[in-house]
Amino acid sequence: MARAAVRGRLSWQIASVDAVAEETPRVRTIVLEVPAWLGHRAGQHLDVRLTAADGYRAERSYSIASAPDEPVAITVERLEDGEVSPYLTEELRVGDALELRGPVGGYFVWGPEDRSPLLLVAGGSGIVPLRAILRHRRRSGADVPVRLLYSSRSLEDVIYRAELDELADGVEVIQTLTREQPPGWTGYTRRVDAELLGEVAWPVDENPLAFVCGPTSFVETVADGLVGLGYPAVRVKTERFGPTGGR
Amino acid sequence: MNFISRGFRGRRRDWEGYPTRLPPGQYVTDDFPVLSAGPTPHTPLEQWTFSVVDGDDRKTWSWEEFRALPSETVTVDVHCVTRWSKLDTTWEGVSIDTLLEQVESDAPYVLAFCDGGYTTNLPREDVSGGKAWVAFDYDGEPLEPEHGGPARLLVPHLYFWKSAKWVRGLELREEDGPGFWETYGYHLYGDPWREQRYAGD
Amino acid sequence: MEALDGNAIAGLLHDVFDAEMTSATGVCGSCGASRQVAELVVYVRAPGTVARCRSCGSVLIVVAEVRGIKCVDLSGLASLEPPTAASDVD
Repeated sequence: MARAAVRGRLSWQIASVDAVAEETPRVRTIVLEVPAWLGHRAGQHLDVRLTAADGYRAERSYSIASAPDEPVAITVERLEDGEVSPYLTEELRVGDALELRGPVGGYFVWGPEDRSPLLLVAGGSGIVPLRAILRHRRRSGADVPVRLLYSSRSLEDVIYRAELDELADGVEVIQTLTREQPPGWTGYTRRVDAELLGEVAWPVDENPLAFVCGPTSFVETVADGLVGLGYPAVRVKTERFGPTGGR
Repeated sequence: MNFISRGFRGRRRDWEGYPTRLPPGQYVTDDFPVLSAGPTPHTPLEQWTFSVVDGDDRKTWSWEEFRALPSETVTVDVHCVTRWSKLDTTWEGVSIDTLLEQVESDAPYVLAFCDGGYTTNLPREDVSGGKAWVAFDYDGEPLEPEHGGPARLLVPHLYFWKSAKWVRGLELREEDGPGFWETYGYHLYGDPWREQRYAGD
Repeated sequence: MEALDGNAIAGLLHDVFDAEMTSATGVCGSCGASRQVAELVVYVRAPGTVARCRSCGSVLIVVAEVRGIKCVDLSGLASLEPPTAASDVD
């Protein structure tokens, strides 16, 4: 596995779209062929840059959805008033070129050399980098126990739903649907709060490592809640997404 | 060779108005982007004051006193250095001429200071003669916190970073000195019609 | 407009420093808090990008693109230590 360079030039390059897959009505995964890709780590992201004919540019960041030994893929949620996400989820086609740079990031990353029990907490599209971590864990044969707590508005909004339903060994998936639940739903039905975290999170004495990703207010509620349960701040890694594209 | 993303236009809308209404390098937006260098302050109105500081003299208005001053409604175009322009925006505010009426010195510059520590510098002449306001209403409603409420500076003839949000006062100065963005490379004056975005432009 | 964190400027900082900086450790020049850059409070929608101390709110990093050139101001930091190889594995 090529390790993404910590030092060295980060240049824009042109990738091409190999495949697209609709994950939910608003969410699409884009698989890319990136000629000069140096490899990536689970949890990293890449920056996308769109240029209009008159030179106008827009740039956004998207978490890489695939494991280090898989083709580079990003998963994009179409935002209501978005400028870039509607283009990526509706206009972009297989065969199109996409300018990007990456991989980027060295803080919100996981590798199988870490043996801590993992607590992954996702709000909405925050699931993307955590899915890369899950895929990397499975593909590398790591057996650290994992609990994934995933908050979505409704079942229709759950990204990678089929994949999450196939439980890998040692991975427990706990979901909460905050706006609408199907009949017979046995999962949680409210926004993640300190009490819910207390029921789900690994006990502190197991020395867990937490990755929390999603909108800023979600991440702050969860991070505060975990610290309140006794998690050392340094064992709670956070990545906040904004309304401006994937970040 | 410049790469172009097939089919990407961005969210700017085509605009066929009089070309003289848009300064160079700008595009028209329908929404009202929120730009900020820090968290939105939430000073309660009971604690809010506006001050004009002139050396050792300080004139301060409470919110009630400020709102009791004569105000006017204006419709202006605003131009952000990040290239978006918003046309025909309507504001209600107190003219800075009213606030500077009793100032004795003829100090030629002002520094606007704000909740959260933001500052911006302007020539006194550019906030006088009916060119600038402390605005408290936007589009007929009280100015929202994310857009600078309860009150912000409004100086439409300069780039919008000069229309400081959450303004709390003006300090009269003998010399022009850079405020927040001016310190980090933005133009001291900021005339959108001469495209004065950065220091040295 | 909600603030993001230093992850949002990973690409920008890598571009400027030719190195991964989100796991670099910064010490606030005002309050002394020591944190990885990924954990700073970041405002990206502005005439420039501003990263503030999560403890005291002081401005630590400002990046403004002036005529196409990225100008980085680090004067709010007392220090900025790049990640060591060991810090890549937590």
